[in-house]
Amino acid sequence: MTAAFAALQAAARQPTVVQHGPFSAPPQSLGVFLVATIIKMLIVFTVYMVGVALLTLAERKVSAWMQDRLGPNRVGKGWLQPAADGLKNIMKEETYPDAAYTPVFVLAPAMAFIPALVTWAVIPFGAPWDSPWGTIELALAPLPIGFLFILALASLGIYGIVLAGWSSNNKYSLLGGLRSSAQMVSYEIAMGMATIPVLLLAGNVSLNQIVEQQARVAPLSWNVATCTIAWMIFLISAFAETNRLPFDLPEAESELIAGYHSEYSAMKFSLFFIAEYANLVTTSALMATLFFGGWDIPFTAWDNVAPHTGLKTILTLLFFLAKILFFVFFYMWIRWTLPRFRYDQLMALGWKILLPLALTYIVVMASAVLGLQIAGFGPASWQFNGGLFALNVVLVAIVLWVLDRGRIVSPAYSRLDPRHLARLRAVTAARTQAAARAEART
Amino acid sequence: MAIGVKVVERPIEQTSYLRAAIKGMGLTLKHMFQEKVTVQYPEEKWSLSPRWRGTHRMLTTEDGKAKCVACGLCPTVCPANCIKLVPGEDEQGNRYPLVFEIDEFRCIFCGYCQEVCPEEAIHVGRHYENSEYSREGFVYDLERLMAQTHPVCEMWDPADPKGE
Repeated sequence: MTAAFAALQAAARQPTVVQHGPFSAPPQSLGVFLVATIIKMLIVFTVYMVGVALLTLAERKVSAWMQDRLGPNRVGKGWLQPAADGLKNIMKEETYPDAAYTPVFVLAPAMAFIPALVTWAVIPFGAPWDSPWGTIELALAPLPIGFLFILALASLGIYGIVLAGWSSNNKYSLLGGLRSSAQMVSYEIAMGMATIPVLLLAGNVSLNQIVEQQARVAPLSWNVATCTIAWMIFLISAFAETNRLPFDLPEAESELIAGYHSEYSAMKFSLFFIAEYANLVTTSALMATLFFGGWDIPFTAWDNVAPHTGLKTILTLLFFLAKILFFVFFYMWIRWTLPRFRYDQLMALGWKILLPLALTYIVVMASAVLGLQIAGFGPASWQFNGGLFALNVVLVAIVLWVLDRGRIVSPAYSRLDPRHLARLRAVTAARTQAAARAEART
Repeated sequence: MAIGVKVVERPIEQTSYLRAAIKGMGLTLKHMFQEKVTVQYPEEKWSLSPRWRGTHRMLTTEDGKAKCVACGLCPTVCPANCIKLVPGEDEQGNRYPLVFEIDEFRCIFCGYCQEVCPEEAIHVGRHYENSEYSREGFVYDLERLMAQTHPVCEMWDPADPKGE
């Protein structure tokens, strides 16, 4: 007993991941830092905006191919379609509903779009580069609290949608806004909880550290292998967070016209569109960073060690892009395959399944990590990661087996308890009797 | 309130969301790589059936006159009453149409006019691009009918008269 306790204490004392690897480069001069940051900002912003524009085309193309069509191919062989759309949207009339609250109505599209863009500040998108002027990190602002920053901003994204719905002064818009707030609040919790095992493994909230931790015995140490269920929960929550099918209830066309952006026209409408795709890219990048090793190239340790040449930087950057694009495609694939959830199914999935699952998973993962450390496997060993991977395979099998018994999406989830039914009937009977008596008196 | 909603107990194969989702994703992925059905319209055109009945055409004799002898069968048989025919006669006693107008808006493209015509003069055509800038443009006069060059309907395939 005392031996086990001593081992536990030793495990607790063990420095988890505070190894300063390639990321603790000597501080560079302020001038280099400023110039490098400005250049990175310009590049990231440009690439991001062009990429988002092209994603509108990609979505149309993917949907077309899945429906055996060709998709847009007229304006510049299709490649200029986003430019044509943008031009059209700028030229169109901006409409302001009489009853709308104009300041918020104008502000809302920007509020929907900005958080998605700002999240990119902390995502590391490539291996650092030992340039002649000092080491340059490939992240705009490699904050030590990167992940917390992302969580904070992700919840800000709701405001744009809720305020758009409210300020339009239209019942459908309002319903869309309400739905999105309920949905995002519910899934935010599951999403945050799902990432706790990741943070447990990294021992830090810095995204650089998370990437570094995953690069150890890649791809076995990628969090998708060691925290598979967390990844699944994150994936599902990300769909809800970005308001995309099968969770696009805020803009359910068949129910709410266009949901929160029913009253919007021209560029303001377009901004919501851009915001959706920006969120798509951002969550894909987050998923790649948190679960798929960030910019790490699998099956090789070559990319993680010094010297950090420009070639390594470019290759890791390309790998990161490839991972993002894969997830973007995955989102589109899902969108054009699955139908929309019903509202109660959505809520039931978020609160009754994902949240308890995430909480349980934290406990399981924490115990597993502790157990493996007591058994003497350091977090960088392949045994540690392999053990976690094996555990996750078993857990995924169990979870899917148990949950997928018609429980994930049930045809009629909220059946009434017989006692409640009896009480409701009694209430109705009493009301009918009272009405009958009142009528008899008159 | 879901009072009395009947929940049918179904086997897991039918209620499993995951299985259905994965199957659906497989289907959409398969369709991504299938041959596309789009016809690139202005460049590529749909091939019409030889029995397609579109806007009319009046056939002409070798010397460029309408074959029509103004017998009046086509306005008689026309169920939509869209053919206006005023017959005329020249010095030799040959009948010809003074006025021959077809209102293509009224026409139901049944092809009876072609079927009834003893001179094989009026035909429905294998043609479908009929845009005009005014409604009046759709009343085709004799000149217009004779000027059309598109192929005409075969009405039926002589080898297969019942369309089997």
